[in-house]
Amino acid sequence: MVTRDQIVAWLKTVAQVLEENKDYLTQLDAAIGDADHGINMDRGFKKVMSQLPGVEDKDIGSILKTTGMALISSVGGAGGPLYGTLFMRAGMAVDGKYELTDEDLAALLQAAVDGVVQRGRAQLGDKTMVDALTPATEAFKQAIGEGADTIEALRRAVDAAEQGMKDTIPMLAKKGRASYLGERSIGHQDPGATSSYLILKALLDVISQPQ
Amino acid sequence: MKKLINTPESFVKESLEGMAAAHPDMIKIHLDPNFVYRADAPVQGKVAIISGGGSGHEPMHVGFVGMGMLDAACPGEVFTSPTPDQMLEAAKVVQGGAGVLYIVKNYSGDVMNFEMAADLARTEGIQVANILIDDDVAVKDSLYTQGRRGVGTTVLAEKICGAAAERGYDLKKVADLCRRVNINGRSMGMALTSCIVPAKGTPTFDLAEDEMEIGIGIHGEPGRERMKLKPADEITEMLALSIIEDPAYTRIVREWDDEKGEWVDVELVDPPFQPGDKVLAFVNSMGGTPVAELYVVYRKLAEICEKKGLQIVRSLVGAYITSLEMQGCSITLLKMDDEMLELWDAPVKTPGLRWGV
Ligand SMILES: Nc1ncnc2c1ncn2[C@@H]1O[C@H](COP(=O)(O)OP(=O)(O)O)[C@@H](O)[C@H]1O
Ligand SMILES: [Mg+2]
Repeated sequence: MVTRDQIVAWLKTVAQVLEENKDYLTQLDAAIGDADHGINMDRGFKKVMSQLPGVEDKDIGSILKTTGMALISSVGGAGGPLYGTLFMRAGMAVDGKYELTDEDLAALLQAAVDGVVQRGRAQLGDKTMVDALTPATEAFKQAIGEGADTIEALRRAVDAAEQGMKDTIPMLAKKGRASYLGERSIGHQDPGATSSYLILKALLDVISQPQ
Repeated sequence: MKKLINTPESFVKESLEGMAAAHPDMIKIHLDPNFVYRADAPVQGKVAIISGGGSGHEPMHVGFVGMGMLDAACPGEVFTSPTPDQMLEAAKVVQGGAGVLYIVKNYSGDVMNFEMAADLARTEGIQVANILIDDDVAVKDSLYTQGRRGVGTTVLAEKICGAAAERGYDLKKVADLCRRVNINGRSMGMALTSCIVPAKGTPTFDLAEDEMEIGIGIHGEPGRERMKLKPADEITEMLALSIIEDPAYTRIVREWDDEKGEWVDVELVDPPFQPGDKVLAFVNSMGGTPVAELYVVYRKLAEICEKKGLQIVRSLVGAYITSLEMQGCSITLLKMDDEMLELWDAPVKTPGLRWGV
């Protein structure tokens, strides 16, 4: 079970983690993109933080949808519509809920990934955030299917995201700016897959803390 | 980092404020969400032309707002696509009842943000067409990449479509024209130095004193190939031949189908250049290269065009689509027909491009 307060704590942690990793993500983007991913995500979650106080007593769906809208209107680049859509769809999947069962969480993750794929049309192996998000969602669903508890299922999801993120290193980029580099995109870790891993890891960290 | 700025955070906003103060007869600005729009907007009964993209390419796009060109431009952060709320607000302010054309450079961020904006504008009852510009021949295939980037042809499309809208073309006609300009334009660029994104503070890539980067985009992203620096004539030849000898280019783009009420995939083909074609030759500075060097490039370009049987009927030389302080240049050739030629010559009055008025 994940509570509304944990979701709020998660978003705050994400904002903190993205601020800490702003230079790191930007550096990754400098290698195969345009050196702004960390800056964009940090700006986006600062905007989320400024709007969170207005909605943190609402249901989880509203909180996540507000997060999505804040990202859409502040991140820009590819990350803006993609992460904006991710949080919007995540919110729509759990509309009106104040706590989430494992099934809710699975539905949330699946809707979020589907939104990203619909918006960006990237496939697995294109060297994008999808390479972290899809395996993570699959791992989570499989884990709860096998009877794992929320923390354990999330741990496996985060492990899968981390593996997916690392797996982007040898990939040839087929979507986003990195695709313009052709062969030269090989050997670098995708910034979007990295931010996706960090965001999921933040959720695990918050859920693992004793309440 | 040495720049004429106050802080990286305030750079885009302060630059816009300066523009508005300098050109009150042509433009106004709206802040939060940020956009620049025609001082006399909305022009009733005219299709509104809106473009936008990351900042750092000035004068494109904000400098091309005014009579005969754009009705509004939405600047993002430096090299970062603007957001849908900017594009939507701009559309609401400048639309004159005849619909809106969004001219979008083909970068995944720009494409997705403009698609979201178009969806939102339609829910507000505004008719919208999105046309992509993807003219950078440095990107070879479209199957395994995001497709070609939008570069120099964007400037020419904004001028030509702006003139068409001014003459009363309806939305479908302006959109068709924009698509036609795009498939007939090809570009390629190169860099002698990198550039510094203010918020980052260090060069995006390192180039040794004797190296250059060929096939760059306009965001300080590395190009396709790094090589030893060569004389201007050889560089010009490399760029020009890549453009002139580029074979037919096929890709699928997403456009809105008004009748079906949904986004559809459309296959577009760029016809290759042929001897006898009339072209507009555009030599552009990436920001840090002086005009005199551009003319050295133009000199060789004109010679190559003549040898290849291309007749240059118009030219444009200067810094129009830049990458901050990057040194380097790009070449664009656009095959012109009579209608495009007439629209190119039509009056334009913007901070960045002005003639016939
Ligand atoms: N079409 C797409 N589908 C999914 N993810 C994408 C797509 N295009 C880009 N990305 C992701 O976005 C990240 C880059 O984000 P960002 O730097 O914020 O945007 P931009 O590339 O516009 O500067 C990439 O690392 C990649 O993971
Ligand atoms: Mg980027």
